[in-house]
Amino acid sequence: MTVSARAPLDPSAAAAVDSARRRRLRPETPLPWRRPLALAGLSVIGAWLVIAIFAPLIAPQNPLLQKFAILAAPSGAHWFGTDELGRDVFSRVLYGARITLPLAVVLVVAAMIIGAVLGGVAGYFGGWVDNVIMRLADLVFAFPGIILALAIAAALGPQLRNAVIAVVVVSWPSYARLVRSLVLSARSAQYVVASRLLGASGPRILLTDVRPNAAGPVLVLAALDIGNAILLLSGLSFLGLGAQPPTAEWGSMVAEGAQNFNDWWVGMFPGLAILTVVLAFNFIGDTLRDMLDPRTARAVRV
Amino acid sequence: MVLLVGITLVAFVVTHLVPGDPAAANLGQRAIGDPAAVQAFRHEYGLDRPLPVQYLLYLKSLLHGNLGISEQSHRPVLTDLAQYVPATIELALFAIVLSMAIGVGLGILAAVCRDRWPDQVIRVISLGGVSMPIFWVALVAFYLLFFKLGWLPGGGRLDPAQNSPIHLTGMFTIDAAVHGQWTLFWSALRHLVLPGLVLAIFTVGMLTRFTRASMLEIMGNDYVRAARLKGLPEHIVVLRHVLRPALISIITVAGVAFGNLLSGTVLVENIFSWPGVGQYAYHSAINLDLPAIMGVSLFVALVYIVVNLIVDLLYGVIDPRIRLS
Repeated sequence: MTVSARAPLDPSAAAAVDSARRRRLRPETPLPWRRPLALAGLSVIGAWLVIAIFAPLIAPQNPLLQKFAILAAPSGAHWFGTDELGRDVFSRVLYGARITLPLAVVLVVAAMIIGAVLGGVAGYFGGWVDNVIMRLADLVFAFPGIILALAIAAALGPQLRNAVIAVVVVSWPSYARLVRSLVLSARSAQYVVASRLLGASGPRILLTDVRPNAAGPVLVLAALDIGNAILLLSGLSFLGLGAQPPTAEWGSMVAEGAQNFNDWWVGMFPGLAILTVVLAFNFIGDTLRDMLDPRTARAVRV
Repeated sequence: MVLLVGITLVAFVVTHLVPGDPAAANLGQRAIGDPAAVQAFRHEYGLDRPLPVQYLLYLKSLLHGNLGISEQSHRPVLTDLAQYVPATIELALFAIVLSMAIGVGLGILAAVCRDRWPDQVIRVISLGGVSMPIFWVALVAFYLLFFKLGWLPGGGRLDPAQNSPIHLTGMFTIDAAVHGQWTLFWSALRHLVLPGLVLAIFTVGMLTRFTRASMLEIMGNDYVRAARLKGLPEHIVVLRHVLRPALISIITVAGVAFGNLLSGTVLVENIFSWPGVGQYAYHSAINLDLPAIMGVSLFVALVYIVVNLIVDLLYGVIDPRIRLS
């Protein structure tokens, strides 16, 4: 997170002068406090990370243990009640963080790498390579995400791993589009021309000259996209195509709640968990986008 | 056209190259043990031919308007789609109109009150909208508005005792209104509200954020300052000089939002037992009903093309310069 938070902040000379002038006028509020939403987002993510790491120490019960009263309402013993198999919902929600958070990162990193490589290649080489890659991206774009993901996940078989693959397949095109547009604008820049005149090869130019300049917007897109990835993945689990029982995964826990909608606590709390994580990532992503250079922000927006 | 063929190809490759076995998914337990039955099934649906041949045969029958036979319902996919599509279109249209009205309204308010408290509140609302798991919202809304309060019906398109209105478009509200069946119209509308609201939540957030951003971008222009300086009332400046140019990019996003709504229908229709394409897509996907999946993909591609066309036409309505060229 620190890397992505810093990237768009690259102190240009003008900004430095400006902020120095302002500092003389009034004591400067530390940066995080001027961005309350991002601060809130960071703390929520931080809290969930702590929960994910220390779940076995924090959770009052084993999330798979089926020894309590079935469908008991929230009480002092079971803060979030128990589910249809007599498991402690609170412990299951805490353990759910251990599945969703790491997978969200894996998903976004995988989509980012695939998208960036394909987009970079398309933008740098142009011609038919560009055409093939971008038409493929358009096709995936035209599909409503969940329908394609549904078909892939169903075809590969209902498993968490396959749901992850399906989400990656659906989400790489936005990175490819962004990276391609960034590469196209960088391709004719002086420093790239200079590098080429010095005899640098295509991959070398992409990696050493273009990559640092594209990293900021791509990371912002990743921060904005991670929430969507979580929503899509938990949606697939909700439909029974992701995590399989008895795994404590938030989406499939909401699905259990849908079976017992009379007992609201079964589905309510895992859903709130998804909401808080996604909301926190969106707070961070939104703030980063506002801080980004307006010229590149336009490309990230849609 | 290229898109249509491309979509069929992608859907075809995705569904056929993966290791799932449609015979195993669609035949009963006993039939799977019987090699002859499996063979007959594969032959009936052409699964024993080489893949490129299968694809070309599919395209050929497509040209004759034949989408194949669903492996689950044993009816032509086209008949299935004709039955389910109107319900989904009705739901999605209701949701997009709702989210345009709310989203653009909130976006204007946020842009006008930039950085003051209404802007902050709206920002949190819109971010909340795009952060909610739609299946969970559906469940909460179902529990509160139907189960606890009983304000709205919980599922289906009409009350169980009611018959569908005289068929015209297949969209119950429109059919009932056209034929003056007002009790049916009221019932259909009430059934539409809950799934429609839930479906709209994500797109409201999306459109709010985007409306605000594009309004602010245009407010920075000199001609807006000029309009203010010559003494035009603020609401005319906002609506005529800022909103109108902003609408160009807003409807572009609304087109994208419509695609998002279609995604949402898969989850929402399942929860509210809304008999539409979303449910059909879900059932065909988990049963690996290949002709049906291909049919849904085609429908989706068609919607994408039609929506883009409408967006292009609207550009001309909003901006006369685009109309002339």
